[in-house]
Amino acid sequence: MALLTSDKHSPKVQKVEDVARRASEAQMPTGEPGGPAKRRASSYWAVSWNIFKKNKLGMFCLVVVLLLALVAIFAPLLAPYDPDAQELTNMLQPPSAAHLFGTDEYGRDILSRVIYGCRVSLSVGVVSQAIALVIGFLAGVCAGYFGGKVDAVISFVIQVFSSFPFLLFAIVVMYALGQGLVNLYVVLGLLGWASTARLIRGDVMRLKGSEYIQSCILSGGKSWRIIMRHLLPNCVSTLIVTTTLGIPSAIMSEASLSFLGLGVMPPMSSWGQMIDAAQPYIQSSTYYSVIPGIAIIVTVMAFNLLGDALRDALDPKMRS
Amino acid sequence: MSSVGRNADMTDVVLKVEHLTKRYPVKKGVFGKASAYVHALEDVSFEVHRGETFAIVGESGCGKSTTGKCVLRLTEPTAGTVTLDGEDFTALSGEDLTRARQKMKLIFQDPYSSLNPRMTVADIIAEPIDIAGTYKTRAERDARVEKIMQAVGLDLAFKYRYPHEFSGGQRQRIGIARAIVLKPEVVVCDEPVSALDVSVQAKVINLLEELQEQFGLSYVFISHDLSVVKHISDTVMVMYLGHTMELASKTELFDNPLHPYTRALLDVIPRIRHERIQDKKVLEGDVPSPTNPPQGCVFNTRCPRCMRVCGERAPEMHEVVPGHRCACHLYDESLSERDREPVMARALAEAEAALAGA
Repeated sequence: MALLTSDKHSPKVQKVEDVARRASEAQMPTGEPGGPAKRRASSYWAVSWNIFKKNKLGMFCLVVVLLLALVAIFAPLLAPYDPDAQELTNMLQPPSAAHLFGTDEYGRDILSRVIYGCRVSLSVGVVSQAIALVIGFLAGVCAGYFGGKVDAVISFVIQVFSSFPFLLFAIVVMYALGQGLVNLYVVLGLLGWASTARLIRGDVMRLKGSEYIQSCILSGGKSWRIIMRHLLPNCVSTLIVTTTLGIPSAIMSEASLSFLGLGVMPPMSSWGQMIDAAQPYIQSSTYYSVIPGIAIIVTVMAFNLLGDALRDALDPKMRS
Repeated sequence: MSSVGRNADMTDVVLKVEHLTKRYPVKKGVFGKASAYVHALEDVSFEVHRGETFAIVGESGCGKSTTGKCVLRLTEPTAGTVTLDGEDFTALSGEDLTRARQKMKLIFQDPYSSLNPRMTVADIIAEPIDIAGTYKTRAERDARVEKIMQAVGLDLAFKYRYPHEFSGGQRQRIGIARAIVLKPEVVVCDEPVSALDVSVQAKVINLLEELQEQFGLSYVFISHDLSVVKHISDTVMVMYLGHTMELASKTELFDNPLHPYTRALLDVIPRIRHERIQDKKVLEGDVPSPTNPPQGCVFNTRCPRCMRVCGERAPEMHEVVPGHRCACHLYDESLSERDREPVMARALAEAEAALAGA
């Protein structure tokens, strides 16, 4: 306090200041001579990755998801047969060396169809969630950032979308639009954005008052800059988690719709559609419905657990 | 001699605030019509000269920060004008406002929430440049950022690090760098050191003084810490419940405080010697609610020298001593004997009369 209250040009104070300056200089790290020493990872993403790495289940699920992605990408190389090639003399065969998972009612190889079905399921999950992400983010940001009437309108729309019985809505829209993969993307994307929007709205309302955004306003920053440079980077963890947790529900919805005959167009294979096709033979050829079922369970579980692990890693409150 | 008028040019007014008023409506009633207001600021006027450090002091909730925010138009004032460099800042909008804003910047109180955790130090400091588009090439921009980092005492090795890697003092340096990177005329410092510990406070204060000398900045220094204010400021304004109580040069105000509120404030500064808490005249009671401010002088509920007139009408700001303005009836020569009757004495007399009658 003496430093602040007394005359700063008195020799005593100058001496004290001098001592303080030298002490602080001694403590300040001066550059990093001799190349960067092994520095503790410190960027936000590096720390998150370190936390994530410690979660064994999360890592396992990440590996499973990556494997599924590889299977989907390299399906033509991995599938032993053409998934659509019918062999009517060889139908409903139990698993054997030639057909690892057996054949279906048209004599098509189930393994090949499951591998190609992976493409449909993953792409439906990812693309529909990407659509939901974009719509949800924009709606949430507008609602949270602009507030007032904009917020009231968007919040009302969110309420409407989230209070509709999901499957019923999807069925109606699929009837209206017709079957097909692209329509599936659109429908699931349009139905999945409400929860993302609600979370982003909350985040933005919390961040809106922060001082770095005030500072940006003081510099004359426009809304677009504030949204893209300040709000988006601070919402990324929320977006990643909701999207990862949204993918399995989209996959399930795709399976349900395909099971009801509203999904992909036959002969294209999808897991839900395969279970639907296997229904009449469930007693004689149980493996036919069990195999795509297992594929769905594994994929959904992997994405769900991965989402949980990501949430733990990205949540700042979990950090010590 | 310390900092008074070190390089302040007392003839050149850079920031002029006139009759600044801010009322926040309190929503009540079914029709959402405001029936009551929080009187955050009432008729605040002051001038800041080029190179001057103008301090605003007062208790928490007295409207210091609101003054800063209204001057910067972070919140729009209800009434009043702010003239920056001869231009009516309150009337600007659109591109003109963006351009004028480059002349006036803010240093925040909390260095932890004022920096975006997802941006590197260089990007944070360069943000005003990026928005204004001052420098055409990337190299010029980076050179400017490096120059400012050196000016505020930040190591250039920190350029690509993130705010959470720094201590409070270093973060505040980043905030200062961001504020001065475009060479503003006026910097509003909203309690810039109150979140820091004392040794770091001294360093940041000294840095602010150095920068003022180097770049010819004018500061509006908002603080509740009178020892800091005594060290850094040239002119001091004392506020209470949104009203200006006293305005004078630092030496005049600290040596010869006129307003009873200023006296009470100065009396409670902690000192090393002759300390006996019993001797201090600590103000009784709490600050009244700004939703329902007292009639007359806002300080009359706690004033030790309250007179009859204080509860009846508000005092005007007037120059008691040349260069020393004060809003208090004590220095109003025109008051009648009746007006001057102290409230305490009257209450005592009434009580005595009642006792005598019994």
